Formats: sequence, C-alpha cells, structure tokens
Amino acid sequence: MKKIEAIIRMTQFEKVKAALKEVGIDFFSYWDATGVGNEITKEERSYRGTVYDTEYIPRRVLNIVVRDINLQKTVDCLLKNAFTGEVGDGKIFVWNIDDSYRIRTGERGDSSLYIDPNR
Amino acid sequence: MKKKIIYILLGAFCLLVVPAVSWMGSSAIAAETKVRTEDPGGVTTGNITDVTAAKAGEPTLTELGNQVGHNKVAINIIWTLITGFLVFFMQAGFAMVETGLTRAKNASHTMAMNLFVYGLGVFGFWMCGFAIMFGGVGALGTLGGFDGLNQEVSINLFGHAFGLFGTKGFFLSGVYDVGVFTLFLFQVVFMDTAATIPTGAMSERWKFLSFTIYGVVVGAIIYPIFGNWVWGGGWLSQLGSNFHLGHGHVDFAGSSVVHMTGGVIALVGAWILGPRIGKYNKDRSVNAIPGHNIPMAVIGAIILAFGWFGFNPGSTLAGCDLRISVVAVNTLIASIMGAMASTFWMWIFRSKKPDPTMMVNGLLAGLVAITAPCAFVNVQAAGFIGLVSGILAVEGAFFVERKLRVDDPVGAVAVHGFNGAWGCLALGLFADGTYGDGWNGVTGTVKGLFYGDASQFAAEFIGVLTNFIVIGAISYIVFKLIGLGVGNRVSAKTEMQGLDIPEMGVEGYAGIKMDKNSETPLSR
Repeated sequence: MKKIEAIIRMTQFEKVKAALKEVGIDFFSYWDATGVGNEITKEERSYRGTVYDTEYIPRRVLNIVVRDINLQKTVDCLLKNAFTGEVGDGKIFVWNIDDSYRIRTGERGDSSLYIDPNR
Repeated sequence: MKKKIIYILLGAFCLLVVPAVSWMGSSAIAAETKVRTEDPGGVTTGNITDVTAAKAGEPTLTELGNQVGHNKVAINIIWTLITGFLVFFMQAGFAMVETGLTRAKNASHTMAMNLFVYGLGVFGFWMCGFAIMFGGVGALGTLGGFDGLNQEVSINLFGHAFGLFGTKGFFLSGVYDVGVFTLFLFQVVFMDTAATIPTGAMSERWKFLSFTIYGVVVGAIIYPIFGNWVWGGGWLSQLGSNFHLGHGHVDFAGSSVVHMTGGVIALVGAWILGPRIGKYNKDRSVNAIPGHNIPMAVIGAIILAFGWFGFNPGSTLAGCDLRISVVAVNTLIASIMGAMASTFWMWIFRSKKPDPTMMVNGLLAGLVAITAPCAFVNVQAAGFIGLVSGILAVEGAFFVERKLRVDDPVGAVAVHGFNGAWGCLALGLFADGTYGDGWNGVTGTVKGLFYGDASQFAAEFIGVLTNFIVIGAISYIVFKLIGLGVGNRVSAKTEMQGLDIPEMGVEGYAGIKMDKNSETPLSR
C-alpha cells in the first residue's frame, strides 16, 4: 500500500479529479495549502495607494492511498493532468503505508482499500 | 363521522351567519352616524370643517390664522424631526465604513464603538452638552418661537460681548417645549456624527474604556463648546454684528461644527495613540493593512450619502423654507463630483487603479465639503467644491499617512478634517447672495469673496483656525488625562490577537476561520 501526496495547482484540480475518476481512483482527501517555492508571483494588489505583494503561492494537496497495483497508473495520471509546463506545477511524493483499515467493516490491508466497482 | 358533521355545521355557521350579522350591525351603525361619502380621490377630505374653531365649519379670522400658523410650525417640526431620523441612520453608515475598512479580528470592537458612541454621546449631550451649546440660543424662530433658551455666559472683549457657553437646559429641564425637544433631537444626532468620526481614525488599537470616557466627554463638552460659538449664538457667529466680518462665521449644516471638529479630534487622537503595529517600517516605508470587507464599506458610504439628505436640507429647521430643494441638489452634485474626482485621481495619477476605498472617501469628502455652503452657493459652485474635495481627500490621506505619519485606517482626518475646513472656506468664496438674509443678525444675504464680500471669507477663516486650535487643544488635554487615568492604547499582545476577545469578549465572526496572513501587514 502506498500513499501519494500530490501538490498541484488550484487551476488543475478539476481536470485531475476527473482524470483520476476515469482510471478508477475516486477515493481521496484534499486540502488547500500555501507554500514557498520557485514560482515567481507577480501580484498587483494595492490598498489606498500602497502596492503590496502577498507572496502567496496557493496550492492543493491531494492525499491518495492506493494498493500497490494501482500506484503507477495513479502517478502517471497525475503527472499527465497536473502538468502545465510553467514553473510551479508541483510535486508528487510517494509514501509507504504500513497498514490500513476500513472503519465500517474492520477490514485490513489491501481489502480495506479495494472498492468494488459494481457496488 | 361525528367530527365531520361538526366541521360542516361550523363551516356553514361561519359562511352564512357571521356575515349576515355583521352586515345587519354595520348598516345599523351606519344608519345612525354616516354624514360623508367615501373619498377615494382625496378631493373632499380636508376642508374648512377641519379648522379648529369654536363653531365647526365657521372659523373666525383669528382661528383661521391660528390654524395657519400652527400648520406652518407643524411642517417645520415634522421636517426637522424626519431629517433628524435620517441623520441618526448615518450611524449605521459610519459603523459599516469603519468596520469594512479595518481588520476582521477587530470587527466586534469597531462596531461596538460606533454603536456605543450613540449612547454615550447622547447621554453627555442630554446631561449638559445641549445646555452648553444651546442654552443661550434665544428664540427658536421656525420651531414655534419658544424663547426660554436665554442664558449665555459671555465675556466682554474689545467692547463686545463674546458668547462662550450656555447654561440652560441641563438634562432638558426647564425647557419642556415641543420646539426645544425638536431642536434637541436634531442637534443630538449631529453631535453623534461628530463623535463617531474619531472612532474610525483611532480604531484597531484604542482601549474601549478610554473610548467610553471619550464618548461622554465629546457629547458633554468638546463638541458643544465650539458648537455654541457657531450655532448657539456665541462669539464666532457674532463676528458679523460685532466686527463687520460678513455674517460672522457661517456654517449651514456643520462642516466646521461637526466634521472638522470630528476630524481634528481624530487627528489628535490617532497621533496620541500612535500607529498600528506593523504600519510603518524602520526605513520609513508604509505597509498596507487592507480592510476586510469592502462591500460593507461601500454600502456604508451609500447609507451615509442617503442620511446626508437629512443632514443638509434638514438644517433649515423648516420644511416651509423652500431653499431645501437647492440644498438637496447642491449636496447631491457635490457628492458625485467628489466621488468622481477621487476615483479618477487615483486611477490616473496615483495607484493607477480605481480604488473603491478612495471612491468611498471621495463621496464622503464631497458631502463634508458641501455641508457648510450648501444653502448659499449655486449648483455649479457646488460641483466645483465637490471636485476639489475629492482630490483633497486623496492627497490629504497620503499627506496624513506618509508625511505626518499618523495612522488613519479610514481616512477620517482627510475626509472630515481637511474637507470640513475647505467647506467653510468655500462658503467664504462662493456664497452667491441668494439666501441668508438676516443670518446671525446681519441684514442682507450671505455673500462670499467672489460675490463682493471678502470679510465673509475672513470670518470663515477665523472660524476654521479657531476650530483647529481650540478643538485640538481640548481634545489633546482630554486624551492625555484619560491616558493618565486608564491608558489609551491596548497592549501589543492584545493588538496582535485582535481586540474582539480581549476587550469585548465577543468575537465579531465567531466560527469563521480567518486568514492569519491578513492580520499582519503586507508590504512590497
């Protein structure tokens, strides 16, 4: 079992979500994060004559836990759909997961991550 | 089944018996007292039988005259009261502008200041402010002629009486007259407008206890003293009859009495408090601390513009004085010229963007600047006054923020202080002589420098200078004393956390997560 932590642009999220669903990955969590990085932010905020820059880099972090057999297709899908070509497209990290449980049934391991497509 | 029968019988009763009985009853009653036909067009309603007379329908000339006079005063009183209610509504406008232009973590505190200043200031004004300001104003001409407000303390200088303050009417005692009460309501909401201006400039770091003391003092002492000098029959209004300076310091609806007073107190207070943490950097650069709710600020500005239609036209204290139409249009035109001027000035010359907060400031600046001259100038002059006021608001805000280095979150000093002064000086320039015969006891209409009376400008200048010096000095002393007593500024820890919880206990936006980055200043 592996956890894929993908930090992607806000603008690419809907595209990534739809593409993941298409390859059968439709179970994950995500949250918004602010980061520091390489993207050159050029903001034009001004307030009562004072121009200022928030230096925000807003991104969305996806947290996808998959069985080993689905790891490569998920990563490929993410790489393809979160791509824009500009500096600041984001990163994908892969973690090893020691164990996983489904709370409702108490299943453990791979079967807790398996979602029957004919449910 | 039983239930159904009961319901059917009940329904039959209601449908048949009740209307029948009421028809019989009404025609029985009507048959006894009906003397008039229905009047849907309002043509016959209101006729000679409504004139109060010993013999209904046949009034004597005296009775007819009494009714006419009564109605005239009634129109004036109704007008003054209703416009007074509109001016009260400006409290909501100020509250929204100030809270919208400051940070969310202080929203509860800023709103509470604007609400509570109503209570505190009105109490101070009721307690002694009204007596000080109007205790010696004399007969209330348009509101029924009561002349019991006749105790003014004066000193004699250069052979003339210098009225300083009144001493009649503490807690409105001894003046239980409909005219006086009308005047009181109208004037107390004007005091409230002046009192709420400094809360904007001093927000986000002002201790609520210090503000509370200020709230009573401003309504009880600071505002009424200068107010007496201009509107209460005091020495500034008598510069005309005493020293032949025009009609004395003329201020129709309060550019100096209300707005410049508020602006000067705001300047002194904000200066004494010091800037918000993070506003200025060591290298003299300025940080932006953006307001958290621009929609609220804009709606507040519109509410203020609406309330100003009570502020200016109401100051005739007479619905029968038809100059109110000119006053209202002058107010309108000056406000829009102010809004346009400030917006285009920002767009073209300053930040290259049409800043909505400066739009708000420009609209209000136009209104402030026309407040003194609105009854005395023609509409083209009103437009010009508004145009200058919009630019003055923007440049004034920059001057205060960058040159004086006084942190004014909402631009109150530029909008109310600078434009209050401009409004009075503009009256001294543009008053065109079509109104104001007998103002402040001087015969002839009010004329400004461009219409042949340079002394009017001199009187206005003296009034403006007096306001700056005297209100500045009094508010400095008051704030210093309050500071010695309870302290004026909150601690740095409280200020960074946000005043809502430490000072008020109640969060402005409980349950809403705020962006922590918006609470510290952002700079280039």
